[in-house]
Amino acid sequence: MKIEFTLNNEFKSINVDPAQRLLDLLREDFGLTSVKEGCGEGECGACIVLMDGRAVNSCLIPAGNIIGKSIVTLEGFRKTARYKMIEKCFLDAGSVQCGFCTPGFVMATESLLNENPHPTDEEIKAGLSGNLCRCTGYNMIIDGVKLAAKRGNGLW
Amino acid sequence: MKESISKPIQRVDGPAKISGEARYIGDMHFENRLYAKTLRSTRAKARILSVKKPPLPRNYFIVGKDDVPGVNRMRTVVSDHPIFAEDTVEYIGQPILLVVGPEREKIYDIITKIKVEYEDLPALFTLEDAEKNSEVFTDYHYEKGEPQRAFGEAATIVEDEFRTGYQEHVYLEPQGMTAEFRDDTMFVYGSMQCPFYAEGALTEALGWPAERIRVIQTVTGGAFGGKEEFPSLTACQVAVAALKTGRPVTMIYDRDEDIICSTKRHPSIVRYKAALNRNQDIVALEIDVLLDAGAYNGLSPVVLQRSMFSATGVYNFPHLKVRGRNFMTNNVPSGAYRGFGAPQTIFGTEMMLHNIALKLGIDPLEYKMRHALKRGDPTCTGGKIRDIVKLPEIVKRVTQMSGYHDKRKNGQKYHGIGISLFLHGCGFTGNGEQTIGSKIILKKEGEKVILKVSSTEMGQGAETVLRKIVAYTVDIPFENVIYESVDTGKVPDSGPTVASRTTMIVGGLLQQAGLELKDRWHEADKIEVTRTYRHPDYIDWNNDTFQGDAYPTYSWGANVAEVEIDPVTYEIDVKKISAVYDVGLPIDETALRGQMQGGIVQGIGWATIEVMKTDEGRLIQKNLTDYKVPTSMDVPEVECDFINNPYEFGPFGAKCAGELPFVGSPPAVAAAVSNALGVPIRSIPITPEMLMEMDSDEN
Repeated sequence: MKIEFTLNNEFKSINVDPAQRLLDLLREDFGLTSVKEGCGEGECGACIVLMDGRAVNSCLIPAGNIIGKSIVTLEGFRKTARYKMIEKCFLDAGSVQCGFCTPGFVMATESLLNENPHPTDEEIKAGLSGNLCRCTGYNMIIDGVKLAAKRGNGLW
Repeated sequence: MKESISKPIQRVDGPAKISGEARYIGDMHFENRLYAKTLRSTRAKARILSVKKPPLPRNYFIVGKDDVPGVNRMRTVVSDHPIFAEDTVEYIGQPILLVVGPEREKIYDIITKIKVEYEDLPALFTLEDAEKNSEVFTDYHYEKGEPQRAFGEAATIVEDEFRTGYQEHVYLEPQGMTAEFRDDTMFVYGSMQCPFYAEGALTEALGWPAERIRVIQTVTGGAFGGKEEFPSLTACQVAVAALKTGRPVTMIYDRDEDIICSTKRHPSIVRYKAALNRNQDIVALEIDVLLDAGAYNGLSPVVLQRSMFSATGVYNFPHLKVRGRNFMTNNVPSGAYRGFGAPQTIFGTEMMLHNIALKLGIDPLEYKMRHALKRGDPTCTGGKIRDIVKLPEIVKRVTQMSGYHDKRKNGQKYHGIGISLFLHGCGFTGNGEQTIGSKIILKKEGEKVILKVSSTEMGQGAETVLRKIVAYTVDIPFENVIYESVDTGKVPDSGPTVASRTTMIVGGLLQQAGLELKDRWHEADKIEVTRTYRHPDYIDWNNDTFQGDAYPTYSWGANVAEVEIDPVTYEIDVKKISAVYDVGLPIDETALRGQMQGGIVQGIGWATIEVMKTDEGRLIQKNLTDYKVPTSMDVPEVECDFINNPYEFGPFGAKCAGELPFVGSPPAVAAAVSNALGVPIRSIPITPEMLMEMDSDEN
């Protein structure tokens, strides 16, 4: 089946099985390996991408559902000033350890701050609750997001 | 370079991980590669009568026991796990064969068409059954003083029993491995902690010398012990497949498969019998440690040793009788997991003391401190506590930080506060370090220094910390220290990345080599300095009698946990953890805080929500929907502080750190729950059902 969509701000038209997972489409057909598979059932958030600006688990989205949508992966997002701010704040706050969950947390952070540029601690926790991390115990990621919200005043 | 080494720097692998450019094994491209999937046993214990295979399409292969050119056993401490099952299967999920081919869909299809005919055999599923049937893999004993006499003279004898459950590592990156046979050499790439363990296993499975094997660690997405011995198995399997097919073979587990077949933390039962004198002090203890090793013994004897040598915690009990047994069950094999047997016995011992104190009407902290180890005291195995013990300072700091004493006095039902005291033996247990004999290389090339070790970065920050040690020692900019990629063809064996040994032992060797390099800096443009581990002469250990110093030194800590219990649902809300540690000296405060925060939360998970049970050898929780790990909504406020106590033989005074926080948080949370409801806690995970039942009994 032919599907048309926007990927990282570029128009794409490809033939795919509409039942194929968006995760596999991005990783295998487009080589976008920032999108990670941690569980394949929407529990861990490692495969989060933005669909029309909102965070979705790409392992749960069939390719047929992205027709006419805009998909942004970290490969696209990392060219932005917002990304640079999140990167700097994650580094300063020690938000990264093994890194496998990190792309998902970056995308979840963008989605959260896009909707709510000045979240409270509880709102940050809720905004990151779809992402699992086994290394950091979350507090140092929460600190990174807080820092980005504070320093990124005006970016979101 | 005048600043303290503890001052944090930016972690070196941070940018590539944040931008998503870091390449894990699943992100790597191999030309012409095939994929592999494992056919697994569906029976807990059975004889394999036949395996009926469908006709295979072109370029599809079945790889099994007959394809292993060398020994069909995974090499580890006890090399008993077959690479592919032979006549019998011993647990559900045991690998029987691989289906290999270019398309994953087709591989799955072939797997479902393979028919294995089994004849079921009687199986054992619980520690209790295994104990009744005396299915013992390992049975160890040690004693201190005269326990028999002390029990004879006791004023009171108290008995107690504690249980702990499975824990799954849930490293976010599942197990993954690729093998490629070219240039008469087997190249194995994968997510792992210990490339030389895999290399050793491959030499036996292939029957080849190490020179024909290269194991290359790829960016590793978390491990926690789960990528210590287990990757040796998948490495051997994909290597055999690559040899048979002549093409690169990649095997990456999906999460369900990973949970079903990978090693877990050993479930345990720990029994105590305490002899109290007239002052209510414990003068003698009998401890009986039972671990569920699962279907194969593997690494479990060493886990059992740490469990037994940690069983007295931070306390000095004059007379001891300790027994430890690993039992064989037809459950998935247990293996290495952060803490390595210590969390089970530290939990038991902390709660045993807590329960006795409550029964006697004494404050648990006061009762614990009456038994605390002091410098010069004997260890449980008759070694010696040689270094300054800062436990009193640690306790003072943590009680102040948390307001422990006031909060305890003003306690109300459903709000609880509890304290744990703990230590962790640094580095390998017993004579492990002598056996391994770690080797490191520092190579000066112009202004740069190349650091060659097999110690892996798996998220804990080893690369940053080790490079920092070299930069500070040689007194050159951090950027001028190059971390050689961990490839067994390029780096010496500095030992496995386990046992919280990397900073202290490997970092210590790097510091020694760095000092020599600094002295000789102007001798030449190219200088190579090597160091091989030598055990300090004063450390004496007898591995047959378990007498002497089981560890060269210890790191210490105390945690205070504050919890609220929902009066309706009995869910535990851990509100705050206050934590103080003595890890010698932090090499990088941010990296260290990361270890502490993460370890504390993993410990809370094990103590509360991480329920994993089996039903006749079948895991009930086998995906991340059923097996719950903490999320950002579950984590408490964590306040963490360090008390410096530099260790003479550690680099810049550093001791061990990575496992210590895991050991500490579970008993603190259990003590707080006990305090909130006024009930003793004897098993973890502490579930709402358990609390509801205990609370209604209480009322």
